[in-house]
Amino acid sequence: MNIVTRKDTPVLSAQTDTRPPAPKEMEVERVSTFRRVITAIGVQNISLIFAIVLVVAIIGIQNPLFFTVPNLKVIGTAIAIVGLLAVVQTIVIILGALDISVGSIAGLASVTSAMIFTSTSSAAMGVLGAVAIGVVCGLVNGCIIVFGRVNPVIATLATLAAFKGIAQLISDGRAQGYTGADPFFVFLARGTLLGVPTLILVLVLVAVLAHVVLRYTTIGRNIYAVGGNNIASRLGGININRYIIGVYMVTGAVAAIAGILITARTGSGQPISGSEGLELQAITAAALGGAALKGGKGAIAGTILAVILLGVLTNGMTLLGVNTFWQNVAQGTLLVVAVVIQQLRSGERRIGIPG
Amino acid sequence: MTHEPIALRATGITKSFGPVRALRGVELELRSGEVTALMGENGAGKSTLLKILNGDFRPDDGVLSIDGVPTVFGDPADSRAAGLRVIAQEPEIIAAVSVAENIFVGSLGSVAYNRKALLRRTRDELKRWGFDRTIRAESLGSELSPAQRQIVEIMRAVVSKPRIICFDEPTSSLGDDEVTLLFALIRQLQAEGIAVAYVSHRMGEIFKLADRITVLRDGSFVGTQLVAETNHDELVRMMVGRDLSQFFHREPAPLGKTVLELRNVGNDYVDGIDLTVRAGEVVGIAGLVGAGRSELMKTIAGDYPIASGEIVVDDHVWRIRQPADSIRAGIGFAPEERKAEALLLQRSVRDNAALVVLRSLSRWIFVSSRAERALAKTYIDRLRIRTPSAEQLVGNLSGGNQQKVVLARWLATAPKVLLLDEPTRGIDVGAKSEIYAIIDELAHQGVAVIVVSSELPEVLGVSDRIYVMAAGRISGELTRSEASEERILALAMDEDVAA
Repeated sequence: MNIVTRKDTPVLSAQTDTRPPAPKEMEVERVSTFRRVITAIGVQNISLIFAIVLVVAIIGIQNPLFFTVPNLKVIGTAIAIVGLLAVVQTIVIILGALDISVGSIAGLASVTSAMIFTSTSSAAMGVLGAVAIGVVCGLVNGCIIVFGRVNPVIATLATLAAFKGIAQLISDGRAQGYTGADPFFVFLARGTLLGVPTLILVLVLVAVLAHVVLRYTTIGRNIYAVGGNNIASRLGGININRYIIGVYMVTGAVAAIAGILITARTGSGQPISGSEGLELQAITAAALGGAALKGGKGAIAGTILAVILLGVLTNGMTLLGVNTFWQNVAQGTLLVVAVVIQQLRSGERRIGIPG
Repeated sequence: MTHEPIALRATGITKSFGPVRALRGVELELRSGEVTALMGENGAGKSTLLKILNGDFRPDDGVLSIDGVPTVFGDPADSRAAGLRVIAQEPEIIAAVSVAENIFVGSLGSVAYNRKALLRRTRDELKRWGFDRTIRAESLGSELSPAQRQIVEIMRAVVSKPRIICFDEPTSSLGDDEVTLLFALIRQLQAEGIAVAYVSHRMGEIFKLADRITVLRDGSFVGTQLVAETNHDELVRMMVGRDLSQFFHREPAPLGKTVLELRNVGNDYVDGIDLTVRAGEVVGIAGLVGAGRSELMKTIAGDYPIASGEIVVDDHVWRIRQPADSIRAGIGFAPEERKAEALLLQRSVRDNAALVVLRSLSRWIFVSSRAERALAKTYIDRLRIRTPSAEQLVGNLSGGNQQKVVLARWLATAPKVLLLDEPTRGIDVGAKSEIYAIIDELAHQGVAVIVVSSELPEVLGVSDRIYVMAAGRISGELTRSEASEERILALAMDEDVAA
């Protein structure tokens, strides 16, 4: 099947081609450098950067504290956990699915990491155990969707409740263990590497990895293909089921890492607090970043920019003393405005339920 | 019978979809108490005409008059208000409610809802039209067989007491018993003075039922004949009579050994298929809509697993359970529904062309963008894909260029067998001839090619040998010299000889 070794087999040969040349105007389309740069970055990303600059400027003018390094670190660490979930949610959305159980998996992983750490006094065991549980949770999600033929939203809505329940059962609904004295957990929560907080590094690492996989590997390209047209992908020989299950398992693993970070930051395993509602923030960020819920479209860069925008907005409003309730309203409004603009730009007819 | 009043008269009906003229100057008269059959090949314009009668489309030109009064249908409700009902071939049945509610859907709101009365009325109507043994008023929509769904659709029409009813191939999903009941129903409608239009491919039925026959060809009106004054042969001539000289004819390539062989292959869609294709041969598959041609392609491509028989590629029996297996065997498949089943419309030409061979363009899991660009460039040049660049989104290309991208994807796999399902559907004449030239060149390079097409001139022009399908089976095989439109059509309508 290798095209390089079978070059001489039936591809059309140029010599026998007697058809007239293609019309000239089709061959070259001149574009200015400026336009090329814009296309390369993407209109979506440029709007997000513009929005971030705008928000930063407004807040910075009113409160100079905003620009201090400690505050930037606060923003960075605040967005690290939701950022991780937003990154994997983006992959799931590109595949054409949705995972609303990520918050519950994070909660379950938080509790189990602390409990395993307490009983084995090994941070490594705690981390590995939690990640393993996350992978199993993802496998369960994937299998329900693939073999049970259940819509991803319904499947993960069910496991959202079930995983949360399991976390509450094994923890009796209370915070578990104490990791605040363990050097590894402390390093995760408050450590720095080359002056950059570990939490931010974890997010950067996962985001870069996800970006590379999506952009430059066969795996990523097939994920876009499955999300864009699953029939074409199947006829093209892609094992769709394997991709669905695989993506959910990776999502489970990353959600578990987010859970471990929650444990590290709070010093104990949290079944619910710190993780509840994160799934919706993650979906918000992915949608704001340009991922289309019908699949096949989206990128990590957009999601990260959206996470930063949401983080800056929350932090800025806190600095300016805006009521938390208003912060929610602002977040919601932002999402609606952004998506409406996207949809109007795509020029879809205004009939029925949009895809 | 010839002096019955004209209930519906359509004159000069013309309708275009973009550059495609679906109907031009079509004439149709439906008389009260008569059955008028509407005949024509695939794509002759029968369905478009019915959709205009149903109010789905508005004609670009022409006059539609009911009882001599010119009317314009803005939507299906107008058509119904005028006493006209078109019975859909694939009816919309609401799964979660009963047959009674399905039949009276739309008029339920106008009367105080009384389930008992509704069921009683439904039973009376079913009995009156002879379907009381075939279907129960209480059954849920989801429990109905295709035949029963068709009956519900027919009942919907007759209970509204229309004066004109149009049937669109109503017997295609019915068994022999139900066909007998349907014919009785049509006779009863006729006796009550209702004008009936009846679209069917089955000659036997038409000679049994119809009083007149109107024939369409390529969107044009050919003529109307009284059944008593015509015969089978004349009708086939009216349906095909086309100037063949303007169509593509290719020089056969030298034939090699048999590359693809199907031995008694069967599944839910096709039955007892024996077929061979040799290297360098272009085999056409003809048949009417619903004959199982696309299903056969999907079976060979592994989308529909085979239940019996075997598929042999290059003297090796392959167990093909999914498309990935057929690709491994060296089979490439360009499906009929280009946009829905082949293309990633939001991705680039490069991305679409590389889809199947992505692995071979990669080192470990990393795609070599250089190899990928080279691949895209090769096929953009060789197939003359008109696109500003390899990065253009496929959704922005014309139909012909989209089809070339699909071909590029499969040519990149260096296939031994290429299955092309309606490769020129919906693309313009220039791109069509380019596709024919590509097929010809592939044959000369020793690829075994199967072309499914509903356009008889295309099948005749492009094929070295033709299989004709009817009702999921191969009903005949014709060599290039034996094949003619008349013979293909006769084999394609084979089933109605038995019916």
